[in-house]
Amino acid sequence: MEFRDYYQTLGVKRDASPDEVKRAYRKMARKYHPDVSSEPDAEDRFKEVQEAYEVLKDPEKRTAYDRFGKDWKAGQDFRPPPDWNPDVSFGGGGFTGAGEFSDFFESLFGRAGRRAGAGRGHGHLRMKGEDLHARVRVSVEDAYHGATRSITLQSPDVDAKGRVSHRTRTLNVKIPKGVTDGQRIRLAGQGGPGMGGAPAGDLYLEVALDPHPLFRIDGRDVVLELPVAPWEAALGRSVTVPTLGGRVDLRIPAGSQSGSRLRLKGRGLPGNPPGDQYAVLEIVVPKADTAQAKAIYERMERELPFDPRAKFQGA
Amino acid sequence: MADEKRDLRGTLLDDSAVFTLREMCSACGVHAELVIEMVEEGVLQPRGAVPEEWRFAGDALVRAQKALRLSRDLRVNWPGAALALDLIEELERLRREQRALRRRAGAARW
Repeated sequence: MEFRDYYQTLGVKRDASPDEVKRAYRKMARKYHPDVSSEPDAEDRFKEVQEAYEVLKDPEKRTAYDRFGKDWKAGQDFRPPPDWNPDVSFGGGGFTGAGEFSDFFESLFGRAGRRAGAGRGHGHLRMKGEDLHARVRVSVEDAYHGATRSITLQSPDVDAKGRVSHRTRTLNVKIPKGVTDGQRIRLAGQGGPGMGGAPAGDLYLEVALDPHPLFRIDGRDVVLELPVAPWEAALGRSVTVPTLGGRVDLRIPAGSQSGSRLRLKGRGLPGNPPGDQYAVLEIVVPKADTAQAKAIYERMERELPFDPRAKFQGA
Repeated sequence: MADEKRDLRGTLLDDSAVFTLREMCSACGVHAELVIEMVEEGVLQPRGAVPEEWRFAGDALVRAQKALRLSRDLRVNWPGAALALDLIEELERLRREQRALRRRAGAARW
């Protein structure tokens, strides 16, 4: 396993005072907290920071860790000395139970007393199982129609001695229709197993909507850029537009401009109330690449009293 | 590897989901006093006048769990957690908007 340099993780010198360690930890924890940080590897970094603090805040663990001295560098291959007996020395408590620690940590300080969980201040062994969090990618079509997704999880298992192992579980989960980006689905009792007869934890799935080539999703509303010809916008026409529920005819009012938003009520993602679809008009100008097209444009230029920059007058 | 063949139906944590105080406590793994504190300090805003009548929307559960983690990991108090959560939600909204605008700009560039 790889040696972990806890001082480097927290960005403190080896002779840092307990106060300095604490300040460094708080700063790093704010920076990498998964609920706050937008760094892509925030969760892993936060775990590393917590693990480093777990060791450096505790004089007993820190002294033991310091025995390995400055010669060790992060990432170096590491084996604990043969006379090292972690479960005896450090199993008696003093773990904040903030999550899982690395193999490196466990080889030094053991895994007894290690326990994850959202609960605070429970002084007894009956404990609800760990909540699990996962992300599920959902296409816009599946968000509209609903779908079933197969989800594979590494789920912790606790045996009678409190040892934690992982097993792979595959769940088929219904994605309800109308889900939108960032929403969560809670599957009660599908998290880690409880201790002492307490219920299992829950599984939370965070929905991440995949980008769609045509539709942009805004909450439950669907936005479609709708290209139209200049004469369709000027004269008013009915055009066929795609929606998630199929094609519909949309009446473009005469005199529409680029950027006009037309609403198709209730054609967005399902819900109570359902979202709407908006078609944002984009006037596309045909190229003047034939003699005939050129002639038409030139005739418009001569005969239409039109100044697109009328509002600049006097400026 | 244990495959479970039946389809699981979860609860979508949006406005349509409703939790009582008791359900909030069990989902968060905390005692009622903590949830009551969070309501008193403005972290959560349930409907209903008294704790027995409180009804929390689905997103309140997500918020409560985040507040618990922030308080545990960063030692912020409840008003601090409420402020952080409001700012995080605003930030998430802006990020989503920014992503959508970028995609639109990218699509229009041709």
